[in-house]
Amino acid sequence: MSAPVLTVTGLRVEVEDGPLVVDDLSLDLAAGEALGLVGESGSGKTTVAQALLAYTRPGLRITSGSVQVAGEELLGRDERELRRRRGRLVSYVPQDPSTALNPSIRVGNHVHEILAAHDLDDDSDERVTSVLERVQLPTNRPFLRRFPHQLSGGQQQRLAIALALVCDPQVVVLDEPTTGLDVVTQARILEEISRLRGSDVALVYVSHDLAVVSSVADRIAVMYAGRIVEEGPTREIVTAPRHPYSAGLIASVPDHVEPRQLVGIPGVAVGFADRLPGCAFASRCPLRIPACEEAVPELAQVGDHHFARCIRWESTLLPRIEPRHDELRAAQKAVLSVEELEAVHRTRQGTVIAAERISFAVEEGACVALVGESGSGKTTIARCIVGLHAPSGGSIAIDGRPLAPRAAQRSREQRRAIQIVFQNPYDSLNPRRSVEDAVSWPARSLLGMSARDARAAVAVMLERVRLPARIARRYPAELSGGERQRVAIARALAAKPKVLVCDEVTSALDVSIQAAVLDLLAELRRELQLSLLFISHDLGVVASVADRVLVLELGLICEEGAVRSVLSSPQSPYTVRLVTAAPSIAAPRA
Amino acid sequence: MSATSIADVIGRRLSFTRSWSVRIGLIVLAFVLGVAFIGPYFAPYSPSAIPGIPFSPPSHTYWLGNDYLGEDVFSRVLSGGRTVILYGALATLIAYAVGGSIGLLAGFTRGRLDDVLMRAMDVLLAFPPILFLLVIATGAGSNIFALVLAIAIIHVPSIARILRAATLEVSVRGYVEAAAARGDRTHVILRREILPNIWGPIVADGGPRFTVSILLVAAVNFLGLGVSPPTADWALMISENRAGITINIWAVVAPALMIAALTVSINLIADAIASGLGKSVETEALRR
Repeated sequence: MSAPVLTVTGLRVEVEDGPLVVDDLSLDLAAGEALGLVGESGSGKTTVAQALLAYTRPGLRITSGSVQVAGEELLGRDERELRRRRGRLVSYVPQDPSTALNPSIRVGNHVHEILAAHDLDDDSDERVTSVLERVQLPTNRPFLRRFPHQLSGGQQQRLAIALALVCDPQVVVLDEPTTGLDVVTQARILEEISRLRGSDVALVYVSHDLAVVSSVADRIAVMYAGRIVEEGPTREIVTAPRHPYSAGLIASVPDHVEPRQLVGIPGVAVGFADRLPGCAFASRCPLRIPACEEAVPELAQVGDHHFARCIRWESTLLPRIEPRHDELRAAQKAVLSVEELEAVHRTRQGTVIAAERISFAVEEGACVALVGESGSGKTTIARCIVGLHAPSGGSIAIDGRPLAPRAAQRSREQRRAIQIVFQNPYDSLNPRRSVEDAVSWPARSLLGMSARDARAAVAVMLERVRLPARIARRYPAELSGGERQRVAIARALAAKPKVLVCDEVTSALDVSIQAAVLDLLAELRRELQLSLLFISHDLGVVASVADRVLVLELGLICEEGAVRSVLSSPQSPYTVRLVTAAPSIAAPRA
Repeated sequence: MSATSIADVIGRRLSFTRSWSVRIGLIVLAFVLGVAFIGPYFAPYSPSAIPGIPFSPPSHTYWLGNDYLGEDVFSRVLSGGRTVILYGALATLIAYAVGGSIGLLAGFTRGRLDDVLMRAMDVLLAFPPILFLLVIATGAGSNIFALVLAIAIIHVPSIARILRAATLEVSVRGYVEAAAARGDRTHVILRREILPNIWGPIVADGGPRFTVSILLVAAVNFLGLGVSPPTADWALMISENRAGITINIWAVVAPALMIAALTVSINLIADAIASGLGKSVETEALRR
């Protein structure tokens, strides 16, 4: 390895008068190298990313350590000196380009502004052109005069990356640069990022998505509760992790190339405030021994350039990666059938067709997935089925009986039969209603139970979604995202449905939590003979849960079939594009 | 729920009392309400007795002097708060019941009903409030309930607009959609899912609105169109005694101070509750 361009030693970040957020973090990075910084929400990865520019969010403080870029120390400098070094030595690409770009500044002026700020107004126009060319953005006048909102999500992110490259920095920190982009766009941005590596820039790629990170990074550092728990070459981390947390994380990443049985990590990640002495992961760790809770383990060398912060790393089992138990069964009678469904959105500009000629059936106990990018019409189809959006043609039937277009016009029995769970666990529960209230209500309104009986049934429902009964008195704000999503599932189950419509139910959750929720859904299918209509943009997730898949492109079904065959040998060009673009942890960077 | 979490919830509910402006507001409000509702029992004279010489300055027997008829100002201040506060509160409550229902319904259903309701509100909004009030007052005579209703009607369109906006924001949330997908009736969704989540704007708006109601009641009484003499009423007192302001200033200042104290304290409290509600939403957002 050549001399490092980025050296971080003993970095500590604290909440002012509060707990440590980042504890004793050390890293180094050589020119042209890409380091993936992986962690779940609350692991401190964004705090580290920003600390690499000697910046912290308000309320946080860097208390000790050193961050050196190309031999220059960044910490302890005043704001004016830092401003000259940020951008030139190290630059930052934020997560959401739609909010990171100033909406009232034109594309060209975004670049000019940075050049001016760094007194680099030499031959400005040419420089702007070359910067944009580097990320394959158009360089013509009309494009330079556009405002950020006139760019696509992918173009916005390219522009954000271009801005980070304007001053030829030695290190670029990318904070979740592809989160929120469609897979195809994500794949192009990742390609762009991979190309940067050829130009001697060192990259720090921060993400929650191991599959994405494994496709761009040479080395991966796994963070948990503010510490690096494991660091090593990508291939080793992915195939032979030595820290139980990394192993658990890897076992919970869904994959469409090799559909696998997902195994979640039990429990919830600890917050910084209630971190106990000793290993922060101990409470969730299958290998825990008393010594784990006594002192924070040191990073131990476990291989060539491979370190793990675990005293029992030698006993860590390799991630249990089993191929998915296939549950395809003989065709049974359809519970839900959709025929020639058509739906439109009426806007002021005119009518947009959201779904056209959609026909499919969901059999008893089966899981059918609707897959597509945003704007493919998958959510509209779900809303038609549950009666939130009146279709403009076709029919939806449950047990062979056609349904009225609106939920309010359907019989109580029909409304009970179909329940929906939404994407965002943070707004699918009423913040002013307790868990008990939320879960008991459907039994009262749809099953006609008395308030007392319905409350008594809450504990059963909570147990069914693997939540302790004591959670019933809590309010949504006191629950984690995964817990909230379980409560939302319990609320749907309380109506004793035949079909559960799951609209992107795990896309807002961390992978280890996602795996547990997906596992729960699979169990519910088996136990209750529940049918699932599973809507997702994530091929890996679909590969792990669905029996059959329908691929949607612009409101039309472009391909359908058994999950395995569609994903392994896609026929339609659109599916081919989706499948090749989706990142896979089974094919990490060499 | 464990004991600590109960304490937690109560603490959170009451945490707004920690700020000084709220403490002052609560103390002043308690004082004004005490004067208005308990005061009459402690009045040294009957509010309509005429024991003294008109406009005599404060003395040992008449602590705040006498008014234009020679009535005891102190006794009348103690007795004159109920009408203003009760009618103000009544008008505000009626306004929220009507305007709130319209706003919730318009915001939740959207579509044609929304258009019809909101255009109707625009028509109401076009009347100048004081003029509207005077027309009703001259039409209905000194019927205080007609005036209370008129004050409520003045508030209705703006309440409807504010709550409609708040409802629009809440009704796209997942829990509202889930209720709609369950086929819950509209009034159930409004009561269970939407109303509890728009208390913030209601409280923030309600404080100032209550004070406006009180001031409107006071204005009507001041003009002699509401309660009529010899009833003791703070607003009426200001009007009755303004001729003698140079002789016994207390006959005007005392009731005016009471009205001012009432409105200021209500606003202090409402502001704090509203920002407290905002804060709990913010901390929730931070936890995400």
